Amino acid sequence: MRLEIGKIPIHDVQFDSTSRIEGNILYLNQEELKAHLMVDENIKSITVEIARPGDSTRIIPVKDVIEPRVKVSGRGELFPGTLSKVETVGEGRTNVLKGTAVVTTGKIVGFQEGIIDMSGPGAEYTPFSKLVNVVVVCEPIEGIDQYTHERTLRIAGLKAAAYLGNLAKDIVAEEVETYETYSVKEGIEKFPNLPRVAYVLMLQTQGLLHDTYVYGVDMKQSLTTIIYPTELMDGAIVSGNCVSACDKNTTYHHLNNPVVEDLFKKHGKELNFVGVVITNENVYLEDKERSSDWAAKLVDFLAVDGVIISQEGFGNPDTDLIMNCKKIEAKGIKTVIITDEYAGRDGASQSLADADASADAVVTAGNANMVIELPPMEKVIGHKEVADVIAGGFSGSLKADGSITAELQVIVGATNELGYNKLSAR
Amino acid sequence: MVKEIERAGIPVVHICTVVPISQTVGANRIVPAVAIPHPLGEPSQPAQKEKEIRRKLIDKALEALATEISEQTVFE
Amino acid sequence: MSKIRVVHYINQFFGQIGGEEKADHKPEAREGLVGPGMAFQASFKDKAEIVGTVICGDSYFNENIEAATEELLKMIEEFKPDLFIAGPAFNAGRYGMACGSIAASVKEKLGIPVLTGMYKENPGADSFKSKVYIVSTRDSAAGMRDAIKLMAPLALKLALGEPIGTADEEGYIPTGIRVNLFEEKRGSERAVEMLLKKLKGEEYTTEFPMPDFDRVEPSPAVKDITKAKIALVTSGGIVPKGNPDRIESSSASKYAKYDIEGVEDLTAEEYETAHGGYDPVYANQDADRVLPVDVLREYEKEGKIGKLHRYFYTTTGNGTSVANSKKFAISIAKDLVADGVDAVILTST
Repeated sequence: MRLEIGKIPIHDVQFDSTSRIEGNILYLNQEELKAHLMVDENIKSITVEIARPGDSTRIIPVKDVIEPRVKVSGRGELFPGTLSKVETVGEGRTNVLKGTAVVTTGKIVGFQEGIIDMSGPGAEYTPFSKLVNVVVVCEPIEGIDQYTHERTLRIAGLKAAAYLGNLAKDIVAEEVETYETYSVKEGIEKFPNLPRVAYVLMLQTQGLLHDTYVYGVDMKQSLTTIIYPTELMDGAIVSGNCVSACDKNTTYHHLNNPVVEDLFKKHGKELNFVGVVITNENVYLEDKERSSDWAAKLVDFLAVDGVIISQEGFGNPDTDLIMNCKKIEAKGIKTVIITDEYAGRDGASQSLADADASADAVVTAGNANMVIELPPMEKVIGHKEVADVIAGGFSGSLKADGSITAELQVIVGATNELGYNKLSAR
Repeated sequence: MVKEIERAGIPVVHICTVVPISQTVGANRIVPAVAIPHPLGEPSQPAQKEKEIRRKLIDKALEALATEISEQTVFE
Repeated sequence: MSKIRVVHYINQFFGQIGGEEKADHKPEAREGLVGPGMAFQASFKDKAEIVGTVICGDSYFNENIEAATEELLKMIEEFKPDLFIAGPAFNAGRYGMACGSIAASVKEKLGIPVLTGMYKENPGADSFKSKVYIVSTRDSAAGMRDAIKLMAPLALKLALGEPIGTADEEGYIPTGIRVNLFEEKRGSERAVEMLLKKLKGEEYTTEFPMPDFDRVEPSPAVKDITKAKIALVTSGGIVPKGNPDRIESSSASKYAKYDIEGVEDLTAEEYETAHGGYDPVYANQDADRVLPVDVLREYEKEGKIGKLHRYFYTTTGNGTSVANSKKFAISIAKDLVADGVDAVILTST
């Protein structure tokens, strides 16, 4: 399967009377975007704001971050099964608006989500402070249940991203990158001497605001399965989770999965990247056993020599991670796992809830319990009072002057376990 | 050493002087001893008294062996 | 800038007071340097000066931790030090515990930077690595020069408040304290590179060594101790006189098994210790002080225990590697299971 990614660099987003892309500027008619989203009867109000790198702006609580993309050629549309019709994606050409993203916020069911600071110390820990963000503040009507609320916001974000992405449908990108995965037979013939490598992508599937959707399927109801890496680039995987925001994969992360990208960089040169195995992190022990059995079975079936396993979240998913690692290593396949740590504020506690000697190659994305001071910002988009209740915040986190003392946990993507960042720990 | 014998399913009581070491190496039933060169003796005492001290330690050790535990326990 | 004032802690052996027979030596302070202090001083050049040395016997310290610590702290404080160094202790267990313990106390009570050094398997390392920096040394004093090469510069850095690098860079035993840092490459790229190395069989460094969760579930208690067959095992080196199997006095490469059928009491004429890590006088006088055969025979007759197993197992725990002790114990355990032993009393010195 072969996909071309056309990159269209966006340097700024400005409100204007017509939505369009000119040069590297995205002009946005916000009324048109609002009207596009307000079609959903569960939405009471929408406001749109722009947050730029370096702004004294805080976005809280963040539900999701989505990169605007559009299919130029090939089957399907972005976010199949969730936003568009179910059709296999990952082929042809997709245009991407690089440097910008849709960020969704709004009071979310009284649950707990993350922070994006566009400047200051917090900005260093989130990749989204480097993007020009179109922030969609979405408030639902009264009286809807939490699941509907979550879905309403999830879909609104995807719709907004698709709306922006569509503006680039007819643009001919100057920079085009090609990604190609070969069938098992082709791969062996083409690269007989390269080690075969698969990627086991663990998806958080633990309930409301902890779920992940694949072609519209709630992944907790799926068995472990195989997907082409380019399908991810067309939005086959959508994030429905944002709690303990530091190590949750936003939809932006899935579209730009760094393990996929870095494996492709060595693909055909130092290794043969054969594909992605997606598996879940369910709350029942039986499910954990079954899913990890399947992960091991599928990578064995793919006849790989090595596997990278990435986790999502922490706590009981540490057990899924260790099970996957142990069972795959037991098949004689070499593994590297990517995780993050909860070693306490002083860094002295046990970092993981589970461990095994076979996990002898670990990449860590840092200690999420580290305490950070976030100074007050001139502008807050969203609801700043949630700082006290979001995971990683604690009572008294939010000071009268608007500053926040909290654990790194509160920052969107700070300890991302796909390895998106440079943060680590020793 | 304690651990490997225990792993074989036999309960072990560790009589030793430097209890923290015993805890670090992972003994489960620990009885603190008298002193490093004479864990079960006290040369400064008359022979009868010394034997009494040894009996007490052995009593403690037997008690430890007969006690169900779920985690590292020091029997003082 | 004035010279950094250093106080150095050593045991009776490095203090040239004596060997195991002087292990009960009480705390003592001396002006200037003693023994290994000389090599430290040479390495410090004129940046620091060892103004005092405190010496304490290993047994005395470990048997009187509170009193010894209090006495030593007073002595150390009087030298008005800017920096405290203990050891290095190599693989001497009690010396290592003492170095770690006193260094931690000095750091806490006197609030000055401290440093010690020892072999990574020294029990003092595991006990104190999260509290004080412990430079990783070889397992014997033959590694003194190498140890000081690492310890002296790190000590100066600590005293000057300079940033301390990672365990790998500075040569200390990982503290177990996790500290965040920014790498040059992102995590996914590091993971791909690590996997390629692992696939090629090349060396790589995991960013998070798996913790040693190697704890054994406690075995169930003995139901009826009066019926139980109990075996004696010791790391105190008790052997028949003359040490027929030549168990090494330290870093043992073997263990031995001896028949005590009919033996009522371990007498000075027939038993002794082969252990080189503690004062052997008491055990040589009466080996029951380490391996209590006499009392267990008594209990066997009185019906307090079922039976004392016919063999005892012995080795010397002194500086013996974890890997070796493990190997011994696995083989001993196999024997014990085959012989239907119900419980074990293991004594250590």
